[in-house]
Amino acid sequence: MSDMNTAMIEKYRNSFLSEVEANVEEGEWVKMCMQCGVCAGSCPLGDAWEHTPQKIFMMIRAGKRDEVLQSDSMWMCTSCYNCIVRCPRELPITHIMHGLAHYAKRLGIVPQGQPTAKFAQLFWNNLMKKGRVNELKLGISLYFMNGFGEGVKTSLKMKDIGIGMVKTKRMNPMEMLGGHAVKDLSGFQKVIKKAQELEDARLAKHGG
Amino acid sequence: MADDKKFAGFICTGCGIGERLDAGQLETTAKRDGKMAICHQHEMLCSKEGVQLIRDTIDNDGATHVMIAACSRRAKVEAFSFPDVAMSRANLREGVIWARPDTDEARETTQDMADDYIRMACAEVKYMNKPKMSGEQALNKTILVVGGGVTGMTAALETAAAGFAVHLVEKTGALGGWAAKWHKRIPGRAAADGVANGTNVDLPMPMENDIADMVAAVEANELITVHLNSTVTKTSGAPGRFSADITTESGATATENFGAIVQASGWKEFDPSAIPSLGSSNADVVSNVELEALAKAAGDGPIKRPSDGKEVKSVVFVQNAGQASTAEGHLPYHSGIGDLIAIKQAMYFKAQNGKDCDTTILFDNLRTPGAAGEDFYRSGQQQMVIFSKGQVGDVTSSGNGATVNFRDLILDEDVALQADLVVLDLGMVPNSGPDPYAANESQEGMSDEEKTADNSARETAVTIDSILNLDYRQGTDLPQLKWGFTDSHFICFPYETRRTGIYAAGPVRRPMDIKQAQDDATGAAMKAIQAAINAGQGSAAHPRVGDLSYPSFRKEGCTQCKRCTVECPFGAINEDEKRYPQFNESRCRRCGTCMGACPVRVISFENYSIDTVGQQIKAVDMPDEFSEKPRILVMACENDAYPALDQAAMSGQEISPWARIVPVRCLGSVSLSWVTDAMNSGYDGIVMMGCQRGEDYQCHFVRGSTMAAERMAKVGDTLSTLNLEPERVVVHEVAITDIERAPRLIKEMEEVVEKVGMSPFKF
Ligand code: SF4
Ligand code: SF4
Ligand code: SF4
Ligand code: SF4
Repeated sequence: MSDMNTAMIEKYRNSFLSEVEANVEEGEWVKMCMQCGVCAGSCPLGDAWEHTPQKIFMMIRAGKRDEVLQSDSMWMCTSCYNCIVRCPRELPITHIMHGLAHYAKRLGIVPQGQPTAKFAQLFWNNLMKKGRVNELKLGISLYFMNGFGEGVKTSLKMKDIGIGMVKTKRMNPMEMLGGHAVKDLSGFQKVIKKAQELEDARLAKHGG
Repeated sequence: MADDKKFAGFICTGCGIGERLDAGQLETTAKRDGKMAICHQHEMLCSKEGVQLIRDTIDNDGATHVMIAACSRRAKVEAFSFPDVAMSRANLREGVIWARPDTDEARETTQDMADDYIRMACAEVKYMNKPKMSGEQALNKTILVVGGGVTGMTAALETAAAGFAVHLVEKTGALGGWAAKWHKRIPGRAAADGVANGTNVDLPMPMENDIADMVAAVEANELITVHLNSTVTKTSGAPGRFSADITTESGATATENFGAIVQASGWKEFDPSAIPSLGSSNADVVSNVELEALAKAAGDGPIKRPSDGKEVKSVVFVQNAGQASTAEGHLPYHSGIGDLIAIKQAMYFKAQNGKDCDTTILFDNLRTPGAAGEDFYRSGQQQMVIFSKGQVGDVTSSGNGATVNFRDLILDEDVALQADLVVLDLGMVPNSGPDPYAANESQEGMSDEEKTADNSARETAVTIDSILNLDYRQGTDLPQLKWGFTDSHFICFPYETRRTGIYAAGPVRRPMDIKQAQDDATGAAMKAIQAAINAGQGSAAHPRVGDLSYPSFRKEGCTQCKRCTVECPFGAINEDEKRYPQFNESRCRRCGTCMGACPVRVISFENYSIDTVGQQIKAVDMPDEFSEKPRILVMACENDAYPALDQAAMSGQEISPWARIVPVRCLGSVSLSWVTDAMNSGYDGIVMMGCQRGEDYQCHFVRGSTMAAERMAKVGDTLSTLNLEPERVVVHEVAITDIERAPRLIKEMEEVVEKVGMSPFKF
């Protein structure tokens, strides 16, 4: 567990709801949920997860910090927006789900091997290199995400599609060699750095 | 007398009546069978010229009794309003032409129907008289309001605003009731238009308590006389001439006269002591009423817990405590506004004890009725009040504070929540007097000995103080529906009670908050004023508004059986010194239940009597047994069943050509003699249609339909002595919306007659 996590526990001892309110994107909406269950009933994937959005919000209010933040559920949201469209209280549910995932990530308590989290990290790393996503590299790193053997197998399986994409100029195999960057790469990196500083400062303030 | 009567018939040929029916023959029937001295046809009787024709016949030819054959008696009532004569209506439009197909085969039976309705209307009017004042009516424009809480004060202020004087009687030493004790009020408004969902938006907050202003307004009003520390020790009379003894604690009595009464006796808090699991013996477990006192005592500072005066840092609200449960010692109903109260009180803590004071509301069904409604719930959420759906098992304690053990119904787990203070949402119990009919109803089905035992048990049981001390033969207080709430026709006339001219308002009718009680009081005040004025004119209250007729009885014939006195749903009949019934015209609602009850048939109204209906039944032309034209008598309640049949015809439903429909004021007014007479004169079947009876009754006269059902239960015996099949007589509950069902019920009787055969009593 990270220091920040310990600091947050210290600070919000008895109110996880306040912690969420202060630190999670759109977290101030959680208190407005009226537990109607419409989101739970609308989520195409809700059945497959441990906790539906409705439950997650109730658990936040019941102070179940660890169970929420270490849960897999918010990582499974596919951003279909069904819940947002239907919530009678107009909670930005999708954003809260991602906000919670993000917060758990910052605190370093994401469940081990969570695939969405892994992919997100790959995406981020890829993006940071050139300021744009190198789709070819991202695809390949995705194939090899779970080890070399599986990577080879998946690559072979996807071979025909890859060739097809090259033929129709949907994919440039040359991108494999370095790949092109955004025009002002150092400018981009400065922007990200600054954003990261701001975000760190924000969290440090709440954690400290 | 009979010589003074002059009969005139009018037949309308408009609306297709003239095309479908042989008007010439109708006129002949009216003159020959109906004995109409004058008979006119008109192509549109409800037009200016048509109405003038009737008017002229009354004014110039001296007609005293008028028979109008046109549309239903429910249509064109303004046009055909001739209060200076007796009048009957034959329903040729809805009742005949619209109810029958326009075909060659149907022509003969349709004409038969129309001829019969003319005969019936002529027979009816022959036995009617123009209703005239009884001489008992009195106009008294002073209103008595019992109860000085929000409801009573509102009723008094509204009555005074309409220019009527008020006497306001309050049992305690101060006006204001419970509401004066509240720290703050539930808001009376929703969020403004256009306030979107959000997390920091302008939502309604608890309101300042402004009851003191109301008390001041009452005290300053010259039309309102306030009697503090006083109760009503006797009420007698009737609307327009009530007399009430107002007695102070010290015993001094003033007698005042009133036109009408508003009973706003309010409520008391449910006593949870019989439910130990609620933990109410712990000082830190308080009721929602007690919390108001704690909050008020704290001023705007932090609320402290009673046990040791510690500032409250966590509070749990246990909603619906001991309510809506049939368990022993619980309140069988839900008081409805407890969640609004809890939200309001949770906000006291957020405001006075700080934002970080943990406030949890444990609800099972969150309800926020009233003006602020859902917005107030959101307002609480916005203040970080935690709402948890949970079923409370019990409240326990060790040391100060308390622990609420509950099942979290969303997360599906057992939780023990420790708090500095626990607030119980206790229900509201109506402050009613003893129910006049409690014994009657709970004793249904008991033997005489059991009844005597039960009565003496009741006498020794704790007696509830009467509120009104009515000297009515039928008991001292307003009849109740259940759980102590006053009875009224909740859908059609919610303010009317079963004692005419006495209106219940506020939480004695049903649990409600201040805002709702104010609306309720305003309604009741308006009804009281109306009742006082009606009494002055001698006309009825709901539902026969404006009816000037009233029941009278032939004393020589009366056997003093008391059926009328007992069955009158409105307690209108007292007993005189010689033990004869004594009708109180302005208490009477003109339902006719007394008339239907009287075994010797001595009760009648000028315009509605054993004869006005009995003669209609006899007037029908009875085809012989071999004609294949059965006759089915339908007695339909004028409030629901008759309009349903009219509606059926309007919407093109066919009604059996054999039916002869007679509207009755209430099924309660149906005399058994009509049924036996009809059977004896050869009807093949009888269908009676009244409103729903029982606990969730729809009967406009509350008990009329029930009384009828009881009476008719015995009709089977009568039929068997006549050697007739019991299925020839049926009683149905029909609602005004039963547009398809009502004609079908008549059709069913047609099928019964086909099966069991024609009546052998056709001579
Ligand atoms: S946006 Fe996410 S949480 Fe909402 S319905 Fe779709 S998958 Fe479920
Ligand atoms: S739909 Fe909205 S209000 Fe309903 S449970 Fe889901 S988040 Fe809460
Ligand atoms: S039974 Fe009906 S008509 Fe008869 S006295 Fe009572 S209210 Fe009047
Ligand atoms: S029901 Fe008829 S007979 Fe009986 S007391 Fe009343 S008026 Fe007299």
